[in-house]
Amino acid sequence: MKIKVVVTLKNGVLDPQGKAIQQTLNGMSFSNVDDVRQGKFFEINVNENDEAKAKSQVEEMCKKLLANLVIEDYKIL
Amino acid sequence: MKSSVIIFPGSNCDRDMDVALKKFGFKNQMVWHNDQSIPKSDLIVLPGGFSYGDYLRCGSIASKSKIIKSVIDFANSGGLVLGICNGFQILTETGLLPGILQQNKYLNFICKNVFVKVKDKQNKYFKNIKKEILELHIAHNEGNYFCSEDEIKSLEDNNQIAVTYCNENGNDDDENNPNGAIKNIAGILNDKKNVLGMMPHPERMIDKYLSGEDGSLFFENLIGNLK
Repeated sequence: MKIKVVVTLKNGVLDPQGKAIQQTLNGMSFSNVDDVRQGKFFEINVNENDEAKAKSQVEEMCKKLLANLVIEDYKIL
Repeated sequence: MKSSVIIFPGSNCDRDMDVALKKFGFKNQMVWHNDQSIPKSDLIVLPGGFSYGDYLRCGSIASKSKIIKSVIDFANSGGLVLGICNGFQILTETGLLPGILQQNKYLNFICKNVFVKVKDKQNKYFKNIKKEILELHIAHNEGNYFCSEDEIKSLEDNNQIAVTYCNENGNDDDENNPNGAIKNIAGILNDKKNVLGMMPHPERMIDKYLSGEDGSLFFENLIGNLK
């Protein structure tokens, strides 16, 4: 079963890459873009048929490795 | 005094550290990340570099490597653990030190000499050190120290901020902050003060003909405090 996860910086944590992307977009005439947050996307194949079980395992993975909870939030899609 | 330097795939300051430790009297041994245990040591060093190619987050993969459990046990039993640069990043990822090292504020890799101010001397690393301001070298892309407001307060209240970036006169203000680190933090200690993580590289400043000698002061002082 494939589980998808998005990890992003928490609100309020400076995201200099997101900021640079936003400024570039503004320079490309996308002038209505006022914020960009960059994140990471994971597709994790878990050998498990029970979706709830697989997701709870992925949640553990997020807490222990995929995200650093000091600055990042994760979302299991 | 015995020391151990842990080598991860991608470490690149391990041999410089070995040279520095031996020069100032440590009997140093190199330990591979895939080993289970660490030989008897008075000091464990996590060196600089790009462990595991900085994949995922700097230091995150190394913080789960086989040897790390022994490092954490050693630190929790009061042993001295020093993390330089990538080693500092690994220490935050293990949870031995609070916070995290984020990408530098202006997205640039910084490689230059800086001055740092010694903020706490009630620890084995800086007790009796002869200078208040040291000139050391930094080389990093992720040195922008960040932690929550509660954590910064607790670091300040317990005097766990070890060194801050400053100028040659010791002004550790915004103007002398190379990477955006909170409170100009260049290095911090854990609450028991046996674990030190810092971005500057003392091992690069141990020869007056090549670089400078403020790193020598650091190592001489450290081994002196351990004897």
